[in-house]
Amino acid sequence: MAIEIDVEKRFGTRTIAACFTAESGLTALFGPSGAGKTSILNMVAGLLRPDRGHIRVGGRTLFGADVDLPPEARRIGYVFQDGRLFPHRRVKANLLYGYHLADPARRWMGFVEAVAFLGIEPLLGRWPQSLSGGEAQRVAIGRALLAGPEILLMDEPLSSLDAARRGDIMAVIERIRDELRLPILYVSHDRTEVDRLATEVVTLNG
Amino acid sequence: MLSPEEWGIVALSLKVGGVAVLACLPLAFALAWLLARHRFPGRLLLDALVHLPLVLPPVVTGWLLLLAFGPLGPVGRWLNDWFGTTLMFRWTGAALAAAIMALPLMVRAMRLSIEGVDRRLEGAARTLGAGHWHAFWTISLPLALPGVLAALVLGFARSIGEFGATITFVSNIPGETRTLPLAIYSALQVPGGEAMVTRLALLSVALSLGALLVSEWLVRRTPAERLRRGD
Repeated sequence: MAIEIDVEKRFGTRTIAACFTAESGLTALFGPSGAGKTSILNMVAGLLRPDRGHIRVGGRTLFGADVDLPPEARRIGYVFQDGRLFPHRRVKANLLYGYHLADPARRWMGFVEAVAFLGIEPLLGRWPQSLSGGEAQRVAIGRALLAGPEILLMDEPLSSLDAARRGDIMAVIERIRDELRLPILYVSHDRTEVDRLATEVVTLNG
Repeated sequence: MLSPEEWGIVALSLKVGGVAVLACLPLAFALAWLLARHRFPGRLLLDALVHLPLVLPPVVTGWLLLLAFGPLGPVGRWLNDWFGTTLMFRWTGAALAAAIMALPLMVRAMRLSIEGVDRRLEGAARTLGAGHWHAFWTISLPLALPGVLAALVLGFARSIGEFGATITFVSNIPGETRTLPLAIYSALQVPGGEAMVTRLALLSVALSLGALLVSEWLVRRTPAERLRRGD
């Protein structure tokens, strides 16, 4: 499933622009902090409106000349840098938030399957505040997968983790890439992460 | 402890205060949301107008209500023509005066809690398939709820204490518009009324203190506060 991106967005005097096509596998958007990597993910997710350009996923236009799908219609999973779990809902309710909203025919992973895949069974009754960084990131990944996305966006999902947890989460990401075969757009400024995970690299300059 | 007359005063005060805050709630929430989330021309003016009853002499607020809702006022005439009713010299008028005086406090409390909601959580909900309104009902509103409840309690306490605008707009009619503060004022004018004044004043202190404690307790339950204190 090809992800075609050609967008431009001005912030005051600065312009963020990106033009690339990502095939299946994990495409890393690599570049220094401030290069606009997160902004590009936000534009793909529909949280930020580009000034011009187009975004297509598998031939489906998400944004274009006269198309601007709202985020809820894009079927794009997003794993944020800080996890961004809902603080007033327990882990289980966080996981099921998007699952319940998804059209049953579009779901491709069941709740039990996702919990086993991520090894988060013992966390289901906990509150997000009580989770460690690695645990929170697993739950955030599960929440995104359960909404039945066509592609997954990941914004520096390892940046708040210590070295041991990084290895854990990287293994999870590799399994999403290889076993679930979900295309991933992955933002990072860390060379070692990109070398280990990426099947393709798009370099952005600040 | 209290005479039947005094119980009547308390009951009337609770009715006026309760109706005032419940009627005020949707408008106050809409204003708080607008001021917290949107930038638009005239925003500063709207903010100032909302806060006006807080700084205006209450007697002026009461007089303005009299102008608008009196028999010759635009709203008063409309109410009379279409519904054959009036708010003047009625407990409903007392509730209106109390609502207007409570509005700024309620908007302030709710606005703070709405500003405390992390908007990025709404973005996360949207990427999970939630439409605008679903994200509001399931994410924004529950997270702001303790602040909304605190605003209700504060507004209720303020409504029960309303004096100046009330006595100007609906006068001081026993059994109809004589709420706690008006009853205290009346008792002060009567020789030998000190005992009643003491009882009603103590009751006012208890109600206000209780409301402040409940409201503070509710604010502490907001997720933002819980996170800040590391619970």
